[in-house]
Amino acid sequence: MSVRVILTIARLTLQEAARRRVLRSLAVLTVLLLAVSAWGFSRIDAEFGDLTSGEARLAAAMVLNLVMFGLSLIAALGTAFLAGPTLAGEIESGIALAVLGRPVRRAAILLGKWLGLVVFGTGFVAAAGLALLLIVRGTAGYWPPEPVTGLALLAGQAVALLTLALLLSTAISPMASGIVAVGLFGATWVAGVVGNVGVALANPGIERIGTVSQVLLPTDGLWRGAMRCFQDPSLFAQFGQAFEAHPFLSIAPLTVPYLLWSLLWVLIVLALAGVAFQRRDL
Amino acid sequence: MSAAVWASGLRKRYRRRTAVDDVSFSVARGELMGLLGPNGAGKTTVIKMLLGLVRPDAGEVMLLGRPARDPASRARVGYLPELFRYQPWLTAAEVLGLHVRLAGLTVPDAERRECLGTVGLADRAGDRVGGFSKGMQQRLGLAVALVARPEFVVLDEPTSALDPLGRADVRDLLLSLKERGVAVLLNSHLIGEVERVCDRVLILDRGRVAAAGTLPELLGGRELRLRLDEVSSDAERRLKEVGELTCTGEEYTVALRDPEVIPDLVADLVALGVRVHAVEPGRVSLEERLLGILRAGGER
Repeated sequence: MSVRVILTIARLTLQEAARRRVLRSLAVLTVLLLAVSAWGFSRIDAEFGDLTSGEARLAAAMVLNLVMFGLSLIAALGTAFLAGPTLAGEIESGIALAVLGRPVRRAAILLGKWLGLVVFGTGFVAAAGLALLLIVRGTAGYWPPEPVTGLALLAGQAVALLTLALLLSTAISPMASGIVAVGLFGATWVAGVVGNVGVALANPGIERIGTVSQVLLPTDGLWRGAMRCFQDPSLFAQFGQAFEAHPFLSIAPLTVPYLLWSLLWVLIVLALAGVAFQRRDL
Repeated sequence: MSAAVWASGLRKRYRRRTAVDDVSFSVARGELMGLLGPNGAGKTTVIKMLLGLVRPDAGEVMLLGRPARDPASRARVGYLPELFRYQPWLTAAEVLGLHVRLAGLTVPDAERRECLGTVGLADRAGDRVGGFSKGMQQRLGLAVALVARPEFVVLDEPTSALDPLGRADVRDLLLSLKERGVAVLLNSHLIGEVERVCDRVLILDRGRVAAAGTLPELLGGRELRLRLDEVSSDAERRLKEVGELTCTGEEYTVALRDPEVIPDLVADLVALGVRVHAVEPGRVSLEERLLGILRAGGER
């Protein structure tokens, strides 16, 4: 398979994101979110001056995770809606005919698109996430314990979702693939919260809902791992009760097998997308 | 040298509808082949199967001597799809650049500009494709098909969005490709166009090959229609010398074996005292022939 073709298509995908104003709309949304969170964090400090340092850190960690969730949502929506139309839309409009009439393998085109989207999603998470962490440090004086791992896991979440959107876009229409991907993303998140409630109630049946959904689509599992990286570890010892069933606080760290499974999941979904695209009549 | 394209026993079904059924043909290097047939005859599906865009259910395709399953077989193939668009966020020059890179070639800037010039887009190279009219997109499509120095060009309805001037340009382009020895497969509804430029024609009807051959093979030889009076028996004998003669009243029709004999024949007839009112060389048009073939197919 040709590296030249993969890189050409990856570059084209990034160029498309930049020129079709996806980048600009994402930037506007992100700046809005960052501005609101900067204001919010400064208020925490001002309004709750009488909080103990531990309580202030808990509040900061919680709000940081809340804003990070907003950020991950923007990243997920942005990449899923980029990934959805990219294949299905090009097949529909006839752009794919001219490109695939060239001496290129379909798998190389798919990998190129995936790579371009991964660079886009990862770049966005890195830039916007870092900006948010700096804002929190400036306003609330809070710095998370493992910022790099946390951002990497957030990027992983975006990669998982865009890979799923890419698979869907080999089979269904452009809009539908974006919507289904985002819908599944939301459903897994809710299932994760439900699973946490199960943990709090010590109900294994409800707990299993979260576990199963996190295996089927690892976005929520990665997100919970990321949250864990943004929380001060001393908080859990201090406020164990608050963590139970909380959507924006995480108890358990990510396990290595789960990370490996997430990686394998992405590879499997990408391979399925490759097979589906290869078999598709244009 | 291997054929530009060789296809054997191509078949394609979409659910219960058979789109292409046992189609075999080949296009020699440097040959201009026309693909004709009514809507839904399977022309575009055949083209897509040649280029690996649609998977045939059965059959085999060799492109420029390599099996079409191998993407590398398309390295020297140019393609203008029937329904297409180019990335609207790119400029015309960038679209050409992209296709050159995908083809794995290095084509100097001057050559790319020349290619845009050939299709009349020289002054629009820096404009975004999104703002192009359908006709301009089709011109760009021709440039894309030609930019990577192809040895075989597949044009699927290249003139559907073009004005008469654009069509004339395409005709000139096809003739210049022929001069350079580039093989062309041309699918066009404009039969006159096909008749004017193509060496051979393949007629598809309901997914099958209804007829194929060179134009003289398909259309029969030429004929000469004359309106004469005072025809002596000597003159009649002279007429019979050049080909089979049929006459009704003053109308004489000779099936010509060699059109070169016309001036001598007319001179001899005048010398023999025949009064010549009209001399009209004629041929069954491709359109008449196509309609004949399709109607005969419809009756079966």
